[in-house]
Amino acid sequence: MSADTIQRYSTQERLNHWVVAICFILLAASGLALFHPAFFFLNNLLGGGTWARILHPFIGVVMFVSFLGLMARLRADNRITAADRQWMRQYRDVLANREDRLPEVGRFNGGQKYLFWLMAALLLLLLVSGVLVWQPWFAPYFPVWAVRLAAVVHAVSAFLLIAGLIVHIYAALWVKGSVRAMTRGTVSAPWVQKHHPAWLRQIKGGNK
Amino acid sequence: MPLQSLDITRRSATTTPSPGERQTMEVAKLIDVSKCIGCKACQVACMEWNDTRDEIGTNTGVYDNPRDLTEASWTVMRYSEVELEPNRLEWLIRKDGCMHCADPGCLKACPAPGAIVQYGNGIVDFHEENCIGCGYCISGCPFDIPRISKKDGKVYKCTLCSDRVAVGLEPACIKTCPTGALVFGSKEDMVRHANERIADLNQRGYRNAGLYDPPGVGGTHVMYVLQHADKPEIYHGLPKDPHISPLVSLWKGVAKPIASLGLGVMALVGFFHYVTVGPNEVEESGEE
Ligand code: HEM
Ligand code: SF4
Repeated sequence: MSADTIQRYSTQERLNHWVVAICFILLAASGLALFHPAFFFLNNLLGGGTWARILHPFIGVVMFVSFLGLMARLRADNRITAADRQWMRQYRDVLANREDRLPEVGRFNGGQKYLFWLMAALLLLLLVSGVLVWQPWFAPYFPVWAVRLAAVVHAVSAFLLIAGLIVHIYAALWVKGSVRAMTRGTVSAPWVQKHHPAWLRQIKGGNK
Repeated sequence: MPLQSLDITRRSATTTPSPGERQTMEVAKLIDVSKCIGCKACQVACMEWNDTRDEIGTNTGVYDNPRDLTEASWTVMRYSEVELEPNRLEWLIRKDGCMHCADPGCLKACPAPGAIVQYGNGIVDFHEENCIGCGYCISGCPFDIPRISKKDGKVYKCTLCSDRVAVGLEPACIKTCPTGALVFGSKEDMVRHANERIADLNQRGYRNAGLYDPPGVGGTHVMYVLQHADKPEIYHGLPKDPHISPLVSLWKGVAKPIASLGLGVMALVGFFHYVTVGPNEVEESGEE
């Protein structure tokens, strides 16, 4: 590793992230297919309507379990502080690429942290509501009002999760160097200095 | 089961009009509970015509047999013993099955295009070959009718013999009923016939006799003449004011197209942010 290169995500973190990401794509496609007829064709990604219906909940469980792994690995660095709240309030500066005006960012910025906790909460809701509407294994054992409520909760949580992840994916494409951080694991020192200066100080201080 | 295809009013999960060139008359089945003797000939005729065979169950000590609707038993007789006045036992026998609602909750809930259709004559039919087995129709139905098959994962219910009706025959249950408790015809005629029956029942002391054609689901194409129309619940829990659950309307309402549009707009906003504000890059050439 050259002096200029900094390890941002370990191999385990990257593996874990991409398992969650692949599950998400498959879940979003098969879920949206049932959400509105305009998306029904997305079923084909999983082999047609019936296959998508059968596979979706199993993939959901895999996604939930793998997200627990991400939580164990990244929870500590996602604690929300006053600086993060300030960061969120200055979203206009964020969007206009005026990072110099923002409070100093650690390993993750306010947006990343809030999204992390939002995902955790939504995935829990999706798991519980998903089990309630899961045919033919579980749904028949619940009263019909609970299944109806679960369907609404599942659809609303899925919408929020997909909306949140559109922001997440766009941010990764927008902030150059982020994709490499999650595919190769490393970033350059100037990148960290620009986007996560407090983290840079932390690793410098901690290691040397 | 599709036999008609030119007179479809609605198809599940479809946003464009359905083929509806052919004009048909609205039909209805009228079940006169006061004339039913509970012989179950209709249950047998239903299985015979549709060639379905239920598993042989066990006797649970009541006449209800099979105990519940199943993917193979699309109609079952429900027996209720009630005493509205002391020492005056009434044995109320209701033929249960799909009501063929004008506003069907199953069709509204179904996400699979064309898995549920409503014909111009009012029959609500499942096209199992399009069904993906999600069971949404079960939570959409206000009468707890559809049943998912353990064998093939598809959902089944009474078709009102859409195949027979399409070629001008009456449903199998109607054909077999020995007492005339089941009649079939245009909805208009059935309402007229029901009114004659109700007048007769009124004369015989059933002051609250009436027609069950619940407006909450837009009326039904299977109607009951009830001796006690003021208390439909006593007929094995027939709902007093059935309607599509507000939760189902919320789940399947206008929020969905708006939410779908919202996701598309978000993706577009992202794209335009990129081409206007531009990417967030490290200026120095330290980056590849
Ligand atoms: C966490 C575990 C999950 C379980 C157990 C689960 C289960 C289910 C089940 C059983 C259905 C009904 C249809 C089917 O069987 O495919 C469904 C529908 C759906 N799921 Fe999931 N799911 C989970 C996670 C997710 C995730 C993460 C998303 C978002 C990307 C999602 C989005 C959807 C959507 C949009 C629908 C259609 C909702 C509707 O028709 O209104 N699910 N889910
Ligand atoms: S189980 Fe079949 S008929 Fe029922 S809602 Fe799902 S796809 Fe439609």
